[in-house]
Amino acid sequence: MSTSALIMMVAAQVVILSLTIYFYSKVLRSPKREEPDSYSENDDD
Amino acid sequence: MTTKQDSWGTRVGLILAMAGNAVGLGNFLRFPVQAVQNGGGAFIIPYLVCFLLMGIPLLWIEWSMGRFGGSRGHHSTPFILDSFDKRRFWKYLGVFGIFTNIVVAAYYCYIESWTMSWVYHTVAGTFDGKTQTEVAAFFGKYVDLDKSFTGIPYEPIVFYILCLALNTYILSRGLSGGIERVAKLVMPMLVAFGIFLAFKGITLQAGQEGALFSGTLGLNFLWEPQFDSLGNLNVWLAAAGQIFFTLSVGMGTVHCYAAYVKKKDDIALNAMTAGWTNEFVEVLLGASILIPISVGYLGIDKVIELTKSGGLGLGFKTMPYLFEQWGDVIGTMAGVAFFGLLFFAGITSSLAMGSPWIAFMKDEFRFSEKSASWTFGLVVLALGLPTVFLFNYGVFDEYDYWVGTVALVVFALTEIILFSWVFGLNKGWKEITSGADIKVPLIYRPIIQWVTPIMLIIVFVGSLITPEGGDWTASFQSMMHGDGWILSDGSILAKLQNQDIYHSLQAAIAAGDEEKISFLNDKKLYVNGSRIFLTIVYGLICLMVYKAYKNRKNKKTEEVEA
Repeated sequence: MSTSALIMMVAAQVVILSLTIYFYSKVLRSPKREEPDSYSENDDD
Repeated sequence: MTTKQDSWGTRVGLILAMAGNAVGLGNFLRFPVQAVQNGGGAFIIPYLVCFLLMGIPLLWIEWSMGRFGGSRGHHSTPFILDSFDKRRFWKYLGVFGIFTNIVVAAYYCYIESWTMSWVYHTVAGTFDGKTQTEVAAFFGKYVDLDKSFTGIPYEPIVFYILCLALNTYILSRGLSGGIERVAKLVMPMLVAFGIFLAFKGITLQAGQEGALFSGTLGLNFLWEPQFDSLGNLNVWLAAAGQIFFTLSVGMGTVHCYAAYVKKKDDIALNAMTAGWTNEFVEVLLGASILIPISVGYLGIDKVIELTKSGGLGLGFKTMPYLFEQWGDVIGTMAGVAFFGLLFFAGITSSLAMGSPWIAFMKDEFRFSEKSASWTFGLVVLALGLPTVFLFNYGVFDEYDYWVGTVALVVFALTEIILFSWVFGLNKGWKEITSGADIKVPLIYRPIIQWVTPIMLIIVFVGSLITPEGGDWTASFQSMMHGDGWILSDGSILAKLQNQDIYHSLQAAIAAGDEEKISFLNDKKLYVNGSRIFLTIVYGLICLMVYKAYKNRKNKKTEEVEA
């Protein structure tokens, strides 16, 4: 691969992958809201 | 009324379902082709700029509109839009959010059924020993419906009905029990299949497994930046178009999914996470499969020629032949992974397309989840059969052009005007940031109010009057010299006049080709017929919305009297 193609590919991939991981980590680290929330996972049956 | 079934199970489940809605066949078949045709690696610059200035704002607007409407008991766009302003006409514009989905689902499920069928034929060995021309001919015969490859008569219709029935069944299981469960299962599988194929594509070596070139030549072809392309308006229009298709904005599906999120819960971070997941699949996986593998076997010149007709042809007509070169076991695995991946990408999107109709029928006509789902299946079947039977007469393309392309831009423009200008940005901003787990950058206030609408108008006008050959400079000069504006056959105005068919007809008359003249006359008839049909469908949904509005009004009157 040419240097310019390699730089474009790696730069785009690093930016996108980093941001995707960053946002998922934010989602997973965000504190859960008080019930009732939008999600049924912790709801009482 | 919100029942327990009408909620998402987990936050990650919602994000995966939303990402699944966005990730579709276009991530693997459309994006790489758009990139090679529009500046190679440099395409990523307008693409990401459009994502930041148009994609993300639209995602935030749609998520917050959905949550706003959902908190008032509305889960489909006619009444979601209605809840933003007193004027009554908004709900009839909101019909786009149901209409687009059922029409796109009609032809999209047909492509989805091809992926099911291609998985079957890969496993059954139908492509074994076939030349590239024979594999391409297989596709032609398949869509012609004139030959059965399995012994089942009208095989494409059987697969289509199977695919629709599967979608309908999953939808009938509800949000968390159906859509979310499928998203949680297939999204990781899609990524796993994608990584396997990308690895095979990138590590392809010239001289091994029949490859003429290495996979990195294909990557180089796709990523080599042609920076001069950045000055070309068509490249920017292509990037904006790709962002539209890839994020599934302007459809009404995002509103519907977000309508089940409570006001105190986050939408800003959820929208970003789902949006960037789509970018991950598109840019990291989508760009590393189709082009590297096809260039490895066919060379750059042949791939340029094949991509002229889009990625669909390359995917279905060429890839099965290329996978065959990897031997029985790996070839079959690759074929199953590729068409399985396309199927997963397709089904997560088609399920999202079913949700607005189901939500509408449940909210307004008190249908149960099951009965609403089956009405969706039947309506989509009725809309889809013309695209199957009249595929070669361009009915499929008509649906795709008017509903799958033009309607998205029109609806996105409608919703952004309503949100930013009618409802007002101050209130809108509060909706976006309410409960947010991230700090939404303030720069997005002017972007949402000005930049995104202007970009949408440019995209719309650009599609309306696309000049011949995409040469804007020459067209402006021609107009200045009083020679008029020559429209491209693909522009909206030229499409309205059937300019493409007219040009083909002129050529056929000049050549004295009676068979083609007859075919083109029939095509014109079916194309015009499909437009009338689609207009009637839109009108019928408007009538349903009117009836629902009357029902609501009567109920309110009864409550007041009681």
